[in-house]
Amino acid sequence: MNLSLTLTINGEQREIVLDDPRVTLLDLLRERLHLTGAKKGCDRGQCGACTILVDGQRINSCLALAISYDGSAITTIEGLAENGALHPVQQAFIDHDGFQCGFCTPGQIMSAVGLIAEAQADGDAERIREAMSGNICRCGAYQGITEAVLDAQAKISTGKERDAA
Amino acid sequence: MSEIASLSTGARQRQGSNIGQPMTRRDGVLKVTGQATYAADNNPEGLLHAVVATASISRGRVTHLNVEAARAHPGVVDVMTPQNRPKLAQDPDAKDHPFMFRLDLLQNDRVRYAGQPIAVVIAKTLEAATEGAALLAPTYDAEPAEVGLDGESFVPQVVGPGAPAKAEVGDFDAEYAGSATTLDATYETPAQYHNAMEPHSIVATWDGDSVSIDMPTQGLGMAVGRVAGLFGIPPENIHIRSPFLGGGFGSKGMPAGPQMLGIIAARHVGAPVKLVLSRQQMYGPVGHRGQTRQTVRLGMKDDGHLTAIEHHTLTTTSRFDDFLEPASNVSHTLYAASAIRTTHAGTRIDIGTPMFMRAPGEATGSAALESAVDEAAWKARIDPLDFRLLNYAEVEPISGKPFSSKALRECYAKGADRFGWAKRPLEPRSMRDAGGRLVGWGVGTATFPAIMFQAAARAVIRADGSGLMETGAHDMGQGSWTALHQIAADGLGLSMDETEFRAGSSDLPDAGIAGGSGHTATAGMALHRAGEDVIAKLVELAVNDENSPLYGAGNVGVVARNGRLVRQDDESRGEPYAAILERAGLAEIEGKGSGVPDAGPREKYAMYAHGAVFAEVTVDPELGQMRVTRLVGAFAAGRVINPRMVESQYYGGMIWGIGFALHEEAVHDKRSGRIMNANLAEYHVPVNADVPAMEAILVHEDDPHVNALGIKGVGEIGITGTAGAIANAVWHATGVRVRRFPITLVDVLNGADAG
Repeated sequence: MNLSLTLTINGEQREIVLDDPRVTLLDLLRERLHLTGAKKGCDRGQCGACTILVDGQRINSCLALAISYDGSAITTIEGLAENGALHPVQQAFIDHDGFQCGFCTPGQIMSAVGLIAEAQADGDAERIREAMSGNICRCGAYQGITEAVLDAQAKISTGKERDAA
Repeated sequence: MSEIASLSTGARQRQGSNIGQPMTRRDGVLKVTGQATYAADNNPEGLLHAVVATASISRGRVTHLNVEAARAHPGVVDVMTPQNRPKLAQDPDAKDHPFMFRLDLLQNDRVRYAGQPIAVVIAKTLEAATEGAALLAPTYDAEPAEVGLDGESFVPQVVGPGAPAKAEVGDFDAEYAGSATTLDATYETPAQYHNAMEPHSIVATWDGDSVSIDMPTQGLGMAVGRVAGLFGIPPENIHIRSPFLGGGFGSKGMPAGPQMLGIIAARHVGAPVKLVLSRQQMYGPVGHRGQTRQTVRLGMKDDGHLTAIEHHTLTTTSRFDDFLEPASNVSHTLYAASAIRTTHAGTRIDIGTPMFMRAPGEATGSAALESAVDEAAWKARIDPLDFRLLNYAEVEPISGKPFSSKALRECYAKGADRFGWAKRPLEPRSMRDAGGRLVGWGVGTATFPAIMFQAAARAVIRADGSGLMETGAHDMGQGSWTALHQIAADGLGLSMDETEFRAGSSDLPDAGIAGGSGHTATAGMALHRAGEDVIAKLVELAVNDENSPLYGAGNVGVVARNGRLVRQDDESRGEPYAAILERAGLAEIEGKGSGVPDAGPREKYAMYAHGAVFAEVTVDPELGQMRVTRLVGAFAAGRVINPRMVESQYYGGMIWGIGFALHEEAVHDKRSGRIMNANLAEYHVPVNADVPAMEAILVHEDDPHVNALGIKGVGEIGITGTAGAIANAVWHATGVRVRRFPITLVDVLNGADAG
C-alpha cells in the first residue's frame, strides 16, 4: 500500500510516501521525518505536548492521521525561530522561566503562538490560563507560562503597531 | 486574581560571583527550540520499535498469548514472551539492597498487578508493533484481587528507603490520657501517580557485550549497576546518556522494568530498539505513591500547648516488594510536645510496587498532620497560625537535637504579612466574595529534610586559562544545567562562559541520585571540592615558582579571582591561570572532589528546610465547586544558588499541593483491581486554569552546618504544607472538615448537609 501526500513543513514542501495509513501526524514527524521537537506525552489528545500548527491552527498532532492532512502547511517548534532569532514566545518562555523539564515546552509554545493568533485572550491572564489548559505541565511552570504569554502577546502587538505605522 | 505580572519576589541579591544570581536556564534555547533531546528523540540507524503488552487482570496468570497472530502481522519482527526471553544474569526478583526493586521482566506467566508487562512486540514500525501487541489477545486464569486498605496488615521493619517504622519520645499514653483536650482524627490519601510528562522510554543498542543506552534516569550510577547486574556485563561496557529528563518526581530514580525490557529486546533481535511506554502503561510498573490511612491523636493543655502527638500510618505496598510511605515521620519534627509516638503498618495489595514520589512521606504526612493541627487549633479557639507559633519546635522534638538553622518564624511572618493573614476571622464560613462564594483562608507548615547522598566531580583548568567541570548530574527540570554550572564556575574562580560544564552521562564521575531534594547540595559540593582541589594544585605550582609574582606567598594565602590567582593580602599581586600553566609546561591541571554528608554535624544537628504556605479558596455554596484563588509560600532552605529556578521549584511543589488537595486520585475498580482512570483526562493533575496567582518568598537563611555551601534543597518542600493549607482553607470557607484527599465537591456538599 502506497499513500502519498504533500506537506509544507516549516516552509519546506515535502513529498511523503507512507506505507501505512495508521501513521499519525505526530509519529510521522517524530519517527519518520525525525523532527522530534513535538513530544508524545499521552497519544490521546489529553496533554498537549504534541501541539503543532496546521494552516495556522493549533492541533494535537497525536490525534491527527497524517493522510488526512494532504496539502497542509505545518509549523513545528523547529520552524518557529527565524534565521536563528527566537520567536517572541520562545524568548518570553526563557525570560519568565516558563518551563522546567522542557518536555511539554514545544507544545506549550506552539499552543501559545496559536492562541495569540486567535486573539481570544488579549492581556487577560485568566483567559490565557483557560486557553492554555489543554497543555499540561507536570513540573508546574504555569506561573511562568502565563507571564510569558502575556509578555509575548504585548511584544507581538507592539511590533505589529510599529510595522503598521 | 489575574494580576500576576505585578507580583515580584525578593531575595535576588547577588551572593557570589555566579552563585545567587537569577540567571536564566543555560539549556533554555535548546528547550524552547525543540533541540533538547530526550531519550525517545533518538533514532539510530536500523532502529526497531518495541511495544509492551500489559496484563488486564490484577492477579493470576497468563494462559495464552496469540503469538502467531502478532508475528504474522506485517512489519512485526519478533514477539518476546517468558518462553523465549533471553536469559538474564540476575533474577529480576533478587533484592540485594533497599534501593533495588523487584522488576517484571517476563520471568514467568504470573500476573501480580494490572499493567504488568507480559510480552514485548518488536517491529519495523511503531504502528506494526502497536498492532502486534493488540493481536496478542491474552487469556488469563484470574484470581480475586485486593486493592484497598482493609486487608490483613503487618508491622514493617522499616519505611521509605530505610527509616525506622516506629519512634517514640516521652510517654504518649500517659500524656494523652492526662490532656485537657484531645483530638483523634483519621485521614485518608489515595494512590497517586507521578505522571511525568515524558513517558518512561529507552533506546538501546548492543555492540557485542557492550550496550549504549538513551534513557531518562535520576540516578545514572545506580542505573549502570542495575544493567550490569541483570546482563552480567562490567559497568564499563555500559554507557547511559540522560541529558534531559522530561520530569521524574521519583519515578525515574530506579530503572523501571519496561526500560530493562527494551535492553533485553535489543539483545533478542540484535538491532537497536526504542521502547516507549504509553501513558496508560505508566500506571503500574513505574511506581506510585501508596494509599494511606493516617490516624493522628493530639493532646493539649487548656492554653493550647500540645503535650502528646501520635501519628499512625497504614499504607499499601505490593504483594512482592516493599515500599511503605513513611507518612508518620513528619511528626518527628514539626511541633513540640513532651510525648511523641510515630508508628506504621503495611498491607499488601495487588498493585505495582509504590515508590518515592515527590516528598515521599512528608507530602502525605503533612497533609494529615497540618489538618489535625488546624482541627486542634479550632478546638482551642486559637488562630491556626498563633497555634503553630505556640507549639513551635525550638529543637527537633523526637531527638532533642538543635536545628542546624530554622528560619520558620520568619517564614510565618513574611508569608502572613504578604497574604494579609491578620484579617482572618476565627470563625469558619464567615467570608464571601463579590459573587457570593464562600471564601476561606488556611495555613500549613512545610518541611523537608536536608539530605545529601554521595557524588564525585572532576575539575580541569586548561592551558588557555579556561575551565572544565564534570559530574554525571541529572536535570529533570530543577535546573542542574544552570545551578550546578554556577557552582562549578565559582569553584574555579571563572565566569560561566569560561567554564565548560558536562553532565548527564554515565561516563562522567558519579553524581549520585537526583532525589531527596539533595542533588544540588551533593553534586554541588563535589564540584566545589573539585574546584578547591584543582586551585590548590595551581597555587602549589605558583608559590613554588621563583618566576611567579606569587612565589613564597603560601603563608599569606592565595585566592582565585576571575581566572587569576592573587595574594590574599594584596589582590593586585597575582597572575592568570594560563601563565602558571605555561611556565610549568602543562596542557592542563586536574582536580577531584566528592560531595558527602559530614557525619559530625549531622550527628549533632537536625537539618531541615522549612516554610509556611497560606492558601485562599472559594467554594460555591450550592455546587460545592472549589477553587484555589491565592497561594503564598515562604520558604527558608539555606543558601539559594539560583533564585529564579528556586522560585520555580517552589511554585511546582505548591501546584503539586493543589493537585494533592483537590485533584489527584487513582481510582481502582474494586472487583478487577484495575485503575479506571489511567490517563491524563481522568487522573486529574492541575492545569493552568487551576493555578491562581502564586507567590514564593525566599526567606534568607544561613546554615553553617549542612555543608560548606550552605545548601539544603528545594525540590520537594513546596508540596508539603500546601495540601494541608488548602484543606484548612476549605474548612474555613465551609465549616466542613474533609478528612479524605482529594477533597471533592461531593465531600463538601455532604458535609454541609450533615452539619
